[in-house]
Amino acid sequence: MTSPILSVRDLERRYGDFIGCTDISFDVWPGEVVAIVGESGSGKTTLLNCISGRLDRSSGSIRYNMRDGRFPDLADLSEAERRFLMRTDWGFVHQNPADGLRMRVSAGANVGERLMAIGDRHYGEIRHTATEWLGRVEIAGDRIDDKPVAFSGGMRQRLQIARNLVTRPRLIFMDEPTGGLDVSVQARVLDLLRGLVSDLGLAVVIVTHDLAVARLLSQRMIVMKSGRIVETGLTDRVLDDPHHPYTQLLVASILES
Amino acid sequence: MSVSSNETGNALLSVRDVAKSFTMHLRDGVILPVVNDVNFELFAGECVVLGGPSGVGKSSILRMVYGNYSIDSGEILIRDRVSGEAHDLGAGDPRLVLDLRRDCIGYVSQFLRAVPRVSALDIVAEPLVSRGVDRTVAAEKAAGVLNRLHLPEALFDLPPATFSGGEKQRVNIARGFITDHPILLLDEPTASLDAANRDVVISMIREKLDAGTAVLGIFHDQPVRDAVATRTIDVSAFSARRAA
Repeated sequence: MTSPILSVRDLERRYGDFIGCTDISFDVWPGEVVAIVGESGSGKTTLLNCISGRLDRSSGSIRYNMRDGRFPDLADLSEAERRFLMRTDWGFVHQNPADGLRMRVSAGANVGERLMAIGDRHYGEIRHTATEWLGRVEIAGDRIDDKPVAFSGGMRQRLQIARNLVTRPRLIFMDEPTGGLDVSVQARVLDLLRGLVSDLGLAVVIVTHDLAVARLLSQRMIVMKSGRIVETGLTDRVLDDPHHPYTQLLVASILES
Repeated sequence: MSVSSNETGNALLSVRDVAKSFTMHLRDGVILPVVNDVNFELFAGECVVLGGPSGVGKSSILRMVYGNYSIDSGEILIRDRVSGEAHDLGAGDPRLVLDLRRDCIGYVSQFLRAVPRVSALDIVAEPLVSRGVDRTVAAEKAAGVLNRLHLPEALFDLPPATFSGGEKQRVNIARGFITDHPILLLDEPTASLDAANRDVVISMIREKLDAGTAVLGIFHDQPVRDAVATRTIDVSAFSARRAA
C-alpha cells in the first residue's frame, strides 16, 4: 500500500576500530512507533543519531521519503533540504530537555521559534498557536512568558515536546524521553506522547532502555546488543515470547507489577 | 503470503500443523514443548471452546492466533471476509499482524493491561477510534456497552488502575466486544464476574454468534460453557507435554 517513511540498509558506524553499530537494516512506516531497546552501550543512541542526520555514518544507506515523493539518501540532500527536515519535517526529543530547548528565552518563544523558522511572521498568530500547544502539553497559559529554567523537569520535557510538534512534523526521534523523570511525572509525559502520536499520525523512532515504555508506546521493537540488532518484531510478541537470549534476559529482569 | 479462498473453504480461521515450543536460554537452552500438530478450523457463527486441564496449552493457542506468540511451524490462516483472501498470521510479519488485529481479530485477555491516566471510557472506545470512527460516536457506544455491563457511570472517566478485579474485567470485555471483528478470542472472560454480569456476557456472546462472529474461547465456568459452546476442542490431543 504505502511506502516506508525511513529506510535504513546495512548501516554501520565505527569509532576507530570500535563498532558503534553495524549491520543495521530496518524500515519505519508512516504512523508507526518503533522502539529501539537495549542496555547502555548497545549502540542504540549511536543508531538514532546516525538516522537522524546528527552523526556521520561509516557505511550503509539511510533514505527518507520527502513530502514531494522523492526518496533520497540523506547524504545526497542539499544543505537547505537538510535544514528543512531538521526544522520542520522532523522532531528530536532529547532525554535532557535542556539539550532541546533554549533555556533563557520564554516558553512561548521556544515554541514560536520553530514556527518562525518555517516562515510564520504574524506575532499574534504565533503567540496564539504557542498558547494552544502549551495547552496541549498541559502547561498553563499564564506560564507562556516564563523561561524553562523556572520549570520543573516534567514541564520542561512537555515544553520540548510542544516545541517539536508545533510544525506538524512527520517523523520524530526520541532519545529516552522519560529517562530523567520521576515515575509519577513519567506517566503523564508518556500518556501525552501516546495521545499526540496517535492523534497526529506521527512516525516515531524511540530509543529506550525501559521495556514498559516500549510496550506502552510502540507497535514494533528492535532489540540491540553490542552494536547489532539481535531481535525484531511486533512489540507484544517480542515481550511475551522473546527468542534471543539477551531479550529473554531483559524481559526476565522486569519486576512484575 | 496469500492463498486462494478455496484452499480454506469458508473457515474464517484455519490452524494447520502448528507446533510451538519455548527455548529457555536462561536455563541452559532447555526446550519446553507446548503443542504439536494443532489442526482446527473456525467458522462464522460458531463458538468453539478450547478444553482440557490447566497447563495443556489453551491460552498459548489463543496467543498464537492473536500473534503474541510466534509459532515454530505450520500456518495460521485468517480469511478476509470481504476479499475472501487468506493471510498467514503465523508467518509473523508485524505489519500484517497489526492489520489483522485492527480488521479481523478481537481479543479479550484474562487481565486488563491498564494504561496510566487513560479513562475506562477511552480504553473501551479506542478500538473504534483506531478504525476511524468519530470520537464522540465511539464514546457513546462505549458508554452503552459499559452500562450494559453495569459499570457505575461514576467510573467512566477514571483510569481503571484502581478498579476492582471485576470492574477491570468488564472494561476489558467491553473493549473486546465493541467492534464487529469477524473473529473474537476470549480468554476466560467471566472468571471474575458475578452471576448477573456473567449472564450479560453470555447474552453478548450469543448476539455476536447470531451476527456471524466466530468465537474461540476458554471458559472454565461450566454454566457459561454450556450456554454458548457449539463445539469443544480437547487441547490435550495437541499437547506436547503428554509424553514429557
